[in-house]
Amino acid sequence: MKHILKILVNNHPGVMSHVSGLFTRRSYNIDSIAVGVTDNPEISSMVIVVKGDDSVVEQVKRQLLKLPDVIDVEDLAYHDCISRELVLVVVQCSDSNRTEIISICEVFQARIADLTKTTFTIEFSGNTRQVNHFIEMMQKYGIEEIARTGQIALRYRS
Amino acid sequence: MPKSEAKITGARLMVELLEEYGVDIVFGYPGGAILPFYDELYKSTKIKHILVRHEQGAIHMAEGYARSTGKLGVCIATSGPGATNLVTGLTDARLDSVPILAITGQVATNAIGTDAFQEADIYGITIPITKYNALIKSADDIARHFEEATLIALGGRPGPVLLDFPKDVQTELTNVRKSSKLKINPRHYQKPPISGDLDSFAAALNKAKRPLLYVGGGAINAHASKEIRELAEKGNIPVTTTLMGIGAFPGTHKLAVGMLGMHGTAYANKAVLECDYILNLGARFDDRVAKPGEFAENAIRAHIDIDTAEFNKRVSVDHILHGDLKEVLKVLIPKVEKVDRSPWLEYLDTIKKNHPLEFDDSSDSIKPQAFLQKLFEKSKGKAIVSTDVGQHQMWAAQYYLFDEANKWLTSGGLGTMGYGLPAAIGAKFGNPNSTVICVSGDGSIQMNIQELATIAMYKKGVKILIFNNNFLGMVRQWQELFYEERFSESEWNYNPDFVKLGEAYSIKGMRVATKSEVEKAIDFFLEGDEARILEVMIPAEEKVFPMIPAGKSQKDMIEFSDTLRTGKK
Ligand SMILES: Cc1ncc(C[n+]2csc(CCOP(=O)(O)OP(=O)(O)O)c2C)c(N)n1
Repeated sequence: MKHILKILVNNHPGVMSHVSGLFTRRSYNIDSIAVGVTDNPEISSMVIVVKGDDSVVEQVKRQLLKLPDVIDVEDLAYHDCISRELVLVVVQCSDSNRTEIISICEVFQARIADLTKTTFTIEFSGNTRQVNHFIEMMQKYGIEEIARTGQIALRYRS
Repeated sequence: MPKSEAKITGARLMVELLEEYGVDIVFGYPGGAILPFYDELYKSTKIKHILVRHEQGAIHMAEGYARSTGKLGVCIATSGPGATNLVTGLTDARLDSVPILAITGQVATNAIGTDAFQEADIYGITIPITKYNALIKSADDIARHFEEATLIALGGRPGPVLLDFPKDVQTELTNVRKSSKLKINPRHYQKPPISGDLDSFAAALNKAKRPLLYVGGGAINAHASKEIRELAEKGNIPVTTTLMGIGAFPGTHKLAVGMLGMHGTAYANKAVLECDYILNLGARFDDRVAKPGEFAENAIRAHIDIDTAEFNKRVSVDHILHGDLKEVLKVLIPKVEKVDRSPWLEYLDTIKKNHPLEFDDSSDSIKPQAFLQKLFEKSKGKAIVSTDVGQHQMWAAQYYLFDEANKWLTSGGLGTMGYGLPAAIGAKFGNPNSTVICVSGDGSIQMNIQELATIAMYKKGVKILIFNNNFLGMVRQWQELFYEERFSESEWNYNPDFVKLGEAYSIKGMRVATKSEVEKAIDFFLEGDEARILEVMIPAEEKVFPMIPAGKSQKDMIEFSDTLRTGKK
């Protein structure tokens, strides 16, 4: 089962190693990790996606809360949060498939950020499923390079 | 200019903070990157610095001091190799929840990260083994870091903290002597509010016919001995302790069933198997005690702890109370009913009689168990005892009983050979009027034997008992039982002459090899307040029983009497 942990931490160096160290020590695989500062410049938000059963993730959560630099940990279930991931993909293109790629991008509402004679650099954001799907679509044209940010997430408001 | 605005160096400030905090003793070893701080220590009239022979010695001394006094233990090291020599001690303190403040020198801030001379990223290295650590980047931050570090070391579940102190920050001027705002959340140092359902907790306990208290090191950190005794006596509940919990409940009390776990008493382990309710007080279901899925499987399991991360970590429990153990017990005890549990207590008494701690004392050689019993008698159970790691540690845990907390100093979680001697020295500094005994083996003692010099230099009356079996005894025991007697690298055929070695440091010593010498030897050993070395020759094949093989449960316990049946001793 996948969990999205939203962790608020003090924004200073070293905190990232403290947090990620906790995961590596217990050999939990981090699917993705994204860090950014919040509206308060002293506090950063880390979103970590991990696989693990509930009791294991509960353990991690409690261990995280023991780190002095961790302010709060929230376990967001997939279904009750909005999550986004940004990806940049460099795709090979030729005269013959250029329009095809453009029209796929339109369907996905992906943005073409750059182009050369032989490549497109495409920017796409969505939830993980959409991002995976988009990448899959691009694969047949030949992906030269790819960069993903990892997921960020917020709880739905009611 | 008002005093608060006068600028002082970072090093001066650190010393003043330690003084204000009430630290009067620190254990350490100087070096280039910590010299400005040492220069200020030199001027201090309030702080006594104990010069050790190895930084590992310094941190274990700080641990022994902290454990035996309940205060913060402080140790100092220089950058690079000095700092890395603290790693074992920090890990040890982390696993046994000992409040330690380590201050390390660091190369100047502009050299950090350049592989400068004697640079080690001690901040990075110690992330997983400290409760908190920080690299002090500016002298203006010293006060805040100091306050945060000490609060965290002692708050909640205690542990080691490390402050890395670059040389230029030590000489930098500052007038920030008090932290204006702490960056850490108060939950890291304030006592947590009690949470959990007290009534159902108490109700389950009151209904139990065969309850058992399982007491860990957390009980000692929480100073909860009095409350535990009250709970046990009120409810007529027998008490077993972990290796770390020894002393939290009087070992000679009629409700005491001794230590449980791998080398626990047969009656404690049988009590675990047969109880219908087990209440964990500040223990952590360690793997030397509890096998998940099999530990007290027929019992309702309940747990009180200050660290929520311990709940359901290895063994799942039915009832949880979170909070400071002492506070929790204070509100729990009034809800606990006086119940007559004589059938259960009588039953345990019979097991005690039928399955005592035993060993074969028929030969002429000295048996360590008998020796420790005698030592217990002669020292009237009043000594502070530190141990190293191995068979001698387990025999001491089994045969030297403690009626008080903070008198048993042993490396439980990490099992650090080399802990015993420096821990005893630290304890003696903290308790100058107590008899302090280090129980060691011929292997362990050689891991920090250089600290004999510290004993000699400060004339500390530490009593050092070395059980010499010319083997790494505990390794040998495992090889005998589980590796068909292939004694791979566990036999020493060379030991120094420990008595002569003591003499080299002006420490009086004696070696004994036969039973008839034991009485006199112990008298010599305990006499006065001088350091002594007593080397006791014991048979190499002597083993620690009972034993639960690693990874097995209480059901698989091997007792001494079982070995008689198989003819293997
Ligand atoms: C630093 C360290 N290295 C290795 C071990 C593994 N170990 C555990 S017990 C033991 C043997 C200890 O021998 P000794 O100190 O002579 O005590 P005895 O068991 O003979 O009483 C060893 C090597 C350890 N616990 N610590």
